[in-house]
Amino acid sequence: MSESTTDPIYKTEALIAEDIDAYLDQHQHKTMLRFITCGSVDDGKSTLIGRLLYDSKMIFEDQLTALENDSKKVGTQGQEIDFALLVDGLAAEREQGITIDVAYRFFNTEKRKFIVADCPGHEQYTRNMITGASTADLAVILIDARKGVLVQTRRHSYLCHLIGIKNIVLAVNKMDLVDYDQATFDAIVKDYAAFARSIGIESFTALPISGFKGDNITTVSPNTPWYGGPTLVEHLETVEVLSSIDADKAFRMPVQWVNRPNLDFRGFSGLIATGSVKPGDEVRVLPSGKTSTVTRVVTLDGDLDQAVAGQSVTLCLADEVDCSRGDVISLADNPPQAADQFEATLVWLNDEAMIPGRAYWLKLATQTVSVTVQQPKYVVNVNTMEQLAAKTLELNAIGVAEIATDKPIVFEPYVDSRTLGGFVLIDKMSNATVAAGMLNFSLRRAQNVHWQALDISREAHAALKNQTPKVLWFTGLSGSGKSTIANLVEKRLHALGKHTFLLDGDNVRHGLNKDLGFTEADRIENIRRVGEVARLMTDAGLIVLTAFISPFRAEREMVRGLMAEGEFVEVFVDTPLEVAEARDVKGLYKKARSGQLKNFTGIDSPYEAPENPDFRIDTTAETPEAAAERIVNALLGAN
Amino acid sequence: MTTMPDRKTLTHLERLESEAIHIMREVVAEATNPVMLYSVGKDSAVMLHLARKAFYPSPPPFPLLHVDTTWKFQAMYELRNQMAQDSGMELLVYQNPEAAEKGINPFDHGALHTDMWKTEGLKQALDKYGFDAAFGGARRDEEKSRAKERIFSFRTASHGWDPKNQRPELWNLYNARKNKGESIRVFPISNWTELDIWQYIHLNNVPIVPLYFAAERPTFEWEGGLFMADDIPRLEKVLGYRPEITNRSIRFRTLGCFPLTGAVESTAKTLPEVIQETLLTTTSERQGRVIDKDAGGAGMEVKKQQGYF
Repeated sequence: MSESTTDPIYKTEALIAEDIDAYLDQHQHKTMLRFITCGSVDDGKSTLIGRLLYDSKMIFEDQLTALENDSKKVGTQGQEIDFALLVDGLAAEREQGITIDVAYRFFNTEKRKFIVADCPGHEQYTRNMITGASTADLAVILIDARKGVLVQTRRHSYLCHLIGIKNIVLAVNKMDLVDYDQATFDAIVKDYAAFARSIGIESFTALPISGFKGDNITTVSPNTPWYGGPTLVEHLETVEVLSSIDADKAFRMPVQWVNRPNLDFRGFSGLIATGSVKPGDEVRVLPSGKTSTVTRVVTLDGDLDQAVAGQSVTLCLADEVDCSRGDVISLADNPPQAADQFEATLVWLNDEAMIPGRAYWLKLATQTVSVTVQQPKYVVNVNTMEQLAAKTLELNAIGVAEIATDKPIVFEPYVDSRTLGGFVLIDKMSNATVAAGMLNFSLRRAQNVHWQALDISREAHAALKNQTPKVLWFTGLSGSGKSTIANLVEKRLHALGKHTFLLDGDNVRHGLNKDLGFTEADRIENIRRVGEVARLMTDAGLIVLTAFISPFRAEREMVRGLMAEGEFVEVFVDTPLEVAEARDVKGLYKKARSGQLKNFTGIDSPYEAPENPDFRIDTTAETPEAAAERIVNALLGAN
Repeated sequence: MTTMPDRKTLTHLERLESEAIHIMREVVAEATNPVMLYSVGKDSAVMLHLARKAFYPSPPPFPLLHVDTTWKFQAMYELRNQMAQDSGMELLVYQNPEAAEKGINPFDHGALHTDMWKTEGLKQALDKYGFDAAFGGARRDEEKSRAKERIFSFRTASHGWDPKNQRPELWNLYNARKNKGESIRVFPISNWTELDIWQYIHLNNVPIVPLYFAAERPTFEWEGGLFMADDIPRLEKVLGYRPEITNRSIRFRTLGCFPLTGAVESTAKTLPEVIQETLLTTTSERQGRVIDKDAGGAGMEVKKQQGYF
């Protein structure tokens, strides 16, 4: 290890041996900093983290022995200890020699406890980096002194900036391999500064280091006499952490859980996102807007006089206000807003690309709502920072799009609050977390479009017709018999004096939806419009019948969600593909098979059968007349 | 960790405590049938204490589940029963009937002992009660594969773990939505280190098993390790001979089944002394456990893919 620095500056060991109580007292008052390291594959991230653990005595003798054995077996550093092996955990990746996931590591100095997220450098793992960065107070961007600022450096810096990390450290690593040359270091810093300015990074701290040799990690290196700044650890020990910045903002606490052990106690539990709270504070509960006064801040260890951002507490209020999970308790005279349409920046995290118009779950703080995402306004090329047009977001894509939630959510722009501005999107079918998002601002039109109160209610419309409005939603393959059966049902209902209307797929596409094609996105929009029309018709008191292939479960569920409880009746016309194809009334299957027709359901586009339809009609076993009879009887019997 | 943080910067223990409480409340709000796995060790003790804080003045709204191997130290059974009573929580104890029937024990069966009693026992217990979320006291600093595990870790219907297909976990937003048959293991103290655990026990007077403190205890040597003779007649029956018992001042750094958990000679009788010894020691915590050494360096990762907690 030559003349570099292997003696850590920590004096903790002596203190532990001499005065454990003093040591514990010191440890008890440490603060915590979370940071991430990012860099390209060979920039030496794992080695740097291994070095930090080693120098802060976080490696035990048996681990060191194992490490020495591993180093000889699979290490890349010859006979020297390969610190990277300590950090690269999962067996599957050992042979590949790269870090494939976010790994969390821990070490202490005299002033702080540190949690390091080790983030991978490979292009396909943007999602891991975003994950690691989302909880970080600081980012260490590693650069190989021999290579300078690379495309990956730009990408990582952009992502860190995007996720809102204010403290950026530019660690110019492997200085030992460029003979600790100041000119090399200065040139890299200058290069990086120009780039940083261009993407809006206001400041950064640059350090010349060697993770492998230990230069300027914990002790000032004799090899870089021209460098007068702090060591990496000194810097990490002194920067301000995010939660203490949040403590100076206005009070907001998303309610996680209502604590109600008995009739005499009602408390609202949550983690304080920003600001502070104390008994006597006037607060406002959102979205209801009701105000009350905090009476107690309850914990197992006794009531608190005050609680600040980052603490999990239970609040009691003076009044019986309506407040449940998803609500936000905030400062009464400075509350956050509620809105249902936003511009958001999205990072797509899933192999399945985003589908414009499809409904996803959006989870923001403790609120979960249904949301649709418009076609992106643009995506960002993370290598060149160019804004490009795009129809969708693929895995690892970053884009800006408008989103609309099915009901207003309490929010703040992400730049003001990570908690009330950061969200994830969840696929309704697979339950996968498919995207991370940041709210930029709410769209004005959401605030200005109001529901017009009407005097003749939907109940009044229905009462006049003496019927209960319904939507009979026929779904099935092309040629399955949807229109035939729907037509028979309508004729019967009409004959019985019911007010009905049949929306047929082909007919609607001649007018209302003639601008739509058959791509996945267009199919979704087609169904969305039909769903909205059907809803208006039920408001008018009609029994609506629809005959659409409507191949995707998610969209049928979306329409169900538009209607009142029990109003949506799903009718699955279950005709096997072979049978429908053999019938081929419109000759469409033939065209699809020959490739003349693209995106044809059942051939090159999927059909997701209903799992629990209200009616299932097996047309190979039941005649259309019998099926129609069965539906009408059930419908009117239930009326 | 008492009252009144009149400053705005929280200590690391306050932040860790707050994070764990937040995680537990999210699970209770979103899961249908949660449970807390309780192994009676020091990590479990801290986790239980955090649960009591999270839901105070209500008792934690889920039961404790102890997957018992019948080979735990007597002192552990005593504390377990006491803690369940004090916390007002239901205690469920599960012992794999097949392992009991076959007389599976740590001396004759080695790795099979862990597999049958713990891995299989845990799966059976979760299935039996239909728990969809289970809190565990694992920490990321314990072992390399755990360092990469999410806080909400999903298991397939057969309890397998797929490290390559974990959900991204951003900010403190946890997606607790499950597919049919899936269950979640939740690790609220993921970001705690061994020192944090000790410090927290110290500051909050969290009750722990007395075996963590040094005392004169009957010991015997077996396969190069030092063990406590907790139940001499039973030991004799299983080993087929009466081991040579010597009294030594010992304590335990980690508690599992008494024949699988090595003791260390020690004079640390108070918590500060234990912490002092822990910090000055040069071997890592899990070294006393046989389980990690199986299957080369990847022992724990392989076990987890099979469904071990």
